[in-house]
Amino acid sequence: MQQNNTILIKGGRVISPKNRLNGVIDVLIANGTIEKTGKALNIAADRVVDAKGMYVVPGLIDMHCHFREPGFEEKETIQTGAQAAAAGGVTTVAVMPNTNPVVDNETVVKFIMDRARDAAIRVLPIGAISHNQEGAVLSEIGLMRRAGIVAVSEDGKSVMDSGLMKNAMRYCTMDDTLIISHCEDPGLSKGGVMNEGRISSMLGFKGIPKIAEEIMVARDIMIARDTGARIHIAHVSTKGAVELIRAAKKDKMRITAETAPHYFTLTDDIIVNFNPNHKMNPPLRNKEDVEAIIKALADGTIDAIATDHAPHTIDDKDMEFDQTPNGVVGLETSVGVTLTHLVHKKKITIERMVELMSVNPAAILKIDHGQIAQGKRADITIIDPSKPWTVDSKKFRSLGKNTPFEGMKLRGKAVVTIVNGNVVYEE
Amino acid sequence: MSLTIKHLLGLRSVPKEDITLILDTAKGFQEVLSRDIKKVPTLRGQTVVNLFFENSTRTRISFELAEKRLSGDTVNFSSAGSSVKKGETLKDTIRNIEAMKIDMVVVRHQSAGVPKYLTECTNAVIINAGDGSNEHPTQALLDMLTMRDRWGALKGLKVAIVGDILHSRVARSNMWGLATMGADLWVCGPETLIPQYMQEFKGVTYTNNLDKALKNAKVVMALRIQLERQSTGLFPSINEYRARWGITAQRLEKSGCSDALIMHPGPINRGIEITTDVADGPNSAILTQVTNGVATRMAVLYLLGGGREHAAE
Ligand SMILES: [Zn+2]
Repeated sequence: MQQNNTILIKGGRVISPKNRLNGVIDVLIANGTIEKTGKALNIAADRVVDAKGMYVVPGLIDMHCHFREPGFEEKETIQTGAQAAAAGGVTTVAVMPNTNPVVDNETVVKFIMDRARDAAIRVLPIGAISHNQEGAVLSEIGLMRRAGIVAVSEDGKSVMDSGLMKNAMRYCTMDDTLIISHCEDPGLSKGGVMNEGRISSMLGFKGIPKIAEEIMVARDIMIARDTGARIHIAHVSTKGAVELIRAAKKDKMRITAETAPHYFTLTDDIIVNFNPNHKMNPPLRNKEDVEAIIKALADGTIDAIATDHAPHTIDDKDMEFDQTPNGVVGLETSVGVTLTHLVHKKKITIERMVELMSVNPAAILKIDHGQIAQGKRADITIIDPSKPWTVDSKKFRSLGKNTPFEGMKLRGKAVVTIVNGNVVYEE
Repeated sequence: MSLTIKHLLGLRSVPKEDITLILDTAKGFQEVLSRDIKKVPTLRGQTVVNLFFENSTRTRISFELAEKRLSGDTVNFSSAGSSVKKGETLKDTIRNIEAMKIDMVVVRHQSAGVPKYLTECTNAVIINAGDGSNEHPTQALLDMLTMRDRWGALKGLKVAIVGDILHSRVARSNMWGLATMGADLWVCGPETLIPQYMQEFKGVTYTNNLDKALKNAKVVMALRIQLERQSTGLFPSINEYRARWGITAQRLEKSGCSDALIMHPGPINRGIEITTDVADGPNSAILTQVTNGVATRMAVLYLLGGGREHAAE
């Protein structure tokens, strides 16, 4: 990434919970690094950003994205995904390995890292747990780790062979490699196209029961307890899963969890409209689940908000509901949705939002980001907390227009995104 | 009088007044069908496409006859499989057909929601002829017409629907429609073939006990048991199904419903969900249902299409 000149961010409210900064503080950036923070800095800079009335927060980190490259470049590329992230205020993403070829060896990891070098933001690869995500043989976890992966995951499915999962977890303890668990028992979910419940009964759709997720959360907690591995539960969508994670945390296990904005805002009642942009896996659940997830975000049971950004082409999604692929985009709406539905409604504080979207993902991925402090790399997001806007997928930078929030009125948006001292997005 | 609905996608949110109007109109068409010249000019100049993505000769023929009796121009388009399998999207199919200037589309598709989807990509009037396991509204309407003809009123009428409720669009449409009309509807079958969350269907009672479902019922409707459900682990065997939920003369007599109207949306697995003596017995309305199907579909086509203009004359 090119080095920029000096930038002075003036008059904004800096919120950096990790080093307990919260107040109107100026930030000086030079050589890609945070040079200085302080009240009313009176220093000449090449560029002065007026951040009055804005939140100045450590660059946001989305630890669950699908950038589709290599293999599905018509849906998204590392370049377009990174542009979408920048527009959403996200400075670092971790990308899932279900590409074609699957990220299960050093070569593919290096390919992604190579492509990521020219991207607007930081793109960190996640490797598959098993070869070709087939659940039979371990992938080259150690070699991929050396090449730069930040975690392993079979995302898209669970490793169904509990023996292999135990081996994977034991193997990962050697380098303390994070295992991200996509929790889904296919015996229960097979053929399902939405949450199993009132609405699926009503519409005659095969449902994906909540226990399909919870059984695998319980199993992975048990294997992690047995092996001492560090696990992270991806896209938590049910109250039962929240309770299992809460209990495991009470037992002082090394477990973390994430959820996505659609799981704390939408329910399966919306499926009566048969809109394919409301179809994802795990599916939208019920009100009690939404409430449990909001509570878990507030009380620390869930550590991170990650979007599970899963772009598809318009053609992929414009067909029979049960035939369309799972997945929705999220990078360009997560700040607005989280501010509007959680912060402005006083379900969580803005400090907590910064923890969920920056501090904690950095800690989980063990990367040196997630705080605004002297000497740290200058990844910074400036958010206008009250800017009103309406979600319009036509304006997305992502190739994926499949948002579940189309037309939603939001308040709050990232207005400047700085990565490594460079402004990569502003409006 | 005209309908509040613009399309017939299902019976879920169709008001009682609309259902009554369709049934009353169908009553009039029953009379037309008994004449020597069974044609009326209602749909003259209008083109109706029967868009069938799933094989159903019976339903298609019934619609086609109804369209012809109303003097409409009929085009049949059959294509098996989903967008993915066919390599042409549903949207392209419907746009192509619409470019040929059509007025109404009768659609049958294996995916729930397709009729609603079509309302978003064409201006034609859409009539659902069965979507996935969701709804088959004209079947339920013809069922209600048949029940009403036999017993006078639907309100308070005890109706038992027995069989694979879970996968049945006929059952769902009947559940919505009969509940709206105030019938005393019972559904019965193995627990695994009943939707797990039945509370959504207000006014519908469900039980696994066939004798309870049949007790003093005025209408007994058996549903087809798809033989492949057994291999997917939903019930142990046809033999066990027949023994526990098969409709026989003895079961009917034991439950005090020997005079119940016997219905079945067809095609029948004789000797499995219903015995031949019951299916062909004096109370069987199975063929009457077929006849009423044409009258009911004429009513729907008339009220949603030609009826609107003709009513103004
Ligand atoms: Zn996943």
